[in-house]
Amino acid sequence: MKRTVFAYPYIVWMLIFILAPMLLIVWYAFTKNGAFTLTNLGAALRDPIYMQVLARSVWIAFEATVICLLLGYPIAWMLSTMKKSTAAILYVLFVVPMWMNFLLRTYAWQALLDSAGILNSILAFFGLPPQNLLYTEEAIMLGTVYNFLPFMVLPIYSVLVKLDKSLVEAAYDLGANGVTTFFKVILPQSIPGVISGITMVFIPAITAFAISRLLGGSKFMLYGDLIENQFITLGRDAWPVGSALSFILLVLVLISMAVMRRAEREAGEEGGMLW
Amino acid sequence: MNLYSNIKKKIALILALLMIAALCGCVGGEKATTLYVLNWGDYIDEALLTEFEEESGIKINYTSMATNEEMMVKLQEPDCIYDVCFPSDYIIEKLVAQDLLHELNKDNIPNLVNIDQRFMDLDFDPGNKYSVPYMWGTVGILYNTTMVSDPVDSWDILWNEKYSGQILMYDSIRDTMGVALMKLGRSVNTRDEQDIKDAEEALIAQKPLVLAYLGDSIKDRMISGGGALAIVYSGDAMWCMDENPDLAYAVPKTGTNLWFDNIIIPKTSKHTEEAEAFINFLCDADVAAQNAEYIGYSTPNAPALQLMGEDYINNETYNPPQELLDKCEIFHDLGDFITVYNDAWNRVKSYVG
Repeated sequence: MKRTVFAYPYIVWMLIFILAPMLLIVWYAFTKNGAFTLTNLGAALRDPIYMQVLARSVWIAFEATVICLLLGYPIAWMLSTMKKSTAAILYVLFVVPMWMNFLLRTYAWQALLDSAGILNSILAFFGLPPQNLLYTEEAIMLGTVYNFLPFMVLPIYSVLVKLDKSLVEAAYDLGANGVTTFFKVILPQSIPGVISGITMVFIPAITAFAISRLLGGSKFMLYGDLIENQFITLGRDAWPVGSALSFILLVLVLISMAVMRRAEREAGEEGGMLW
Repeated sequence: MNLYSNIKKKIALILALLMIAALCGCVGGEKATTLYVLNWGDYIDEALLTEFEEESGIKINYTSMATNEEMMVKLQEPDCIYDVCFPSDYIIEKLVAQDLLHELNKDNIPNLVNIDQRFMDLDFDPGNKYSVPYMWGTVGILYNTTMVSDPVDSWDILWNEKYSGQILMYDSIRDTMGVALMKLGRSVNTRDEQDIKDAEEALIAQKPLVLAYLGDSIKDRMISGGGALAIVYSGDAMWCMDENPDLAYAVPKTGTNLWFDNIIIPKTSKHTEEAEAFINFLCDADVAAQNAEYIGYSTPNAPALQLMGEDYINNETYNPPQELLDKCEIFHDLGDFITVYNDAWNRVKSYVG
């Protein structure tokens, strides 16, 4: 019983830094001069521009998640089949960039993609014409995939590394080819990792901002940028609608988490453990 | 209501506890007054802060931020701690309307006589009751002479397809909407919905030609040769042209937006006399000259400009001729109408061709 004492600082921390800001958002979103109102939410939902921006954000997050999965799964598989020591080194190399601030890493891409940047200098060295890489939709996708790829690889890796390799051998012995083995033996067991990876990429990607500003030159507005704009550029008068926009995003995130949680539970019954 | 006051009480309790914790950290206490100064990044020669501290025995706590709007949010907080701040023209109007500014005691600012009469008593603060001009300038077009062959004397060049993918615009509602309005010959302070609609259409038509909507990074890109044409403030243009001699600055013949950054004291300040002493210090001719040379923006301080010499006085970017200034327009606060601008701006930024 005494151990619960140690949880108090954590609970206080959560109250101040997680619960209080969320309550404030809900408060701003649903009140006008202290009285309950739905006008802010209505304004946030009715505006076709807001909906269009939301749809684009969901689509970009979806695309980024698919690309991360297609890239991340093979990487995780390769890591899991390597010698322990080699895998450990690669694992660390994969994680270390994440210790750096995400903005800093995005600025680094700016320097790489810039018309006077490193990639273009390499092209110029081979006599190729310079390419306009920065401030494009592709640059935003690149930045998003780059920033969130580790969140896809790590959970899949931690499932695959625990996978009993003798099952794979057994599948081969019983006459299954590589494709069948993958779909019948390996993939089903790694589903919890995949689902966890999808959650960890999709949710931050949908709420991301700054990437579209830094790599997209503010030409492709996303929902996160829209919310930031409400709070910073428009000032206090726009906070209620800004909060309503945040609330919509919050609900969207909670729904997708619930869906993932459910899928994870169903997959969990078929075996395979993440942690 | 009841529930709300309950939550409020709890939040207040938590905050009170946090404050006690914070107070315990600084029991020592200092006797000298500390002035909290809120400014733009890199917008004062910090050597001058030390000089003021040594001269007056008043300590300065200096903070900087990126946009007028952020500054506005800070100043609206009921427990605003700042004593001196440097907002732009239209923000002053807003602050005055909300009664957030301290009325200056001009007996404490004798150096006010140094400010050029042309820049006193402007519309946003008649009689300079609340503000003293700090820096000023124009909005114009910075262009790379190796990439632009046409004469740059009109906003229309920013819509010229020849420069597709080489045009940089400001990621700022008032500035970029302002350029579109000026191109169409409308006022930058218009409250006519049709004007805004036309400006929106102009910006959407321009969007395929625009490389990016940027903030301060416009300067770096133009210096490194990463763009042919860009919207910049005259003070930034001075700096860019210094760094890259291929760059030139032009203001369209039809005039432009004239802007002023000003020194103010928030109403919540408890050290108004010390703050006024600081303003007086900044209006001293030598100090203002040193500061303006450091920042590169135009000073409204007449004797300071004389001290800075011919190079500055005869530079049309730094000290534009009066005929041009007569054709320029200063931003006014738009009140609630800003939402119409904002909606248009959101449509421009989220438009995908």
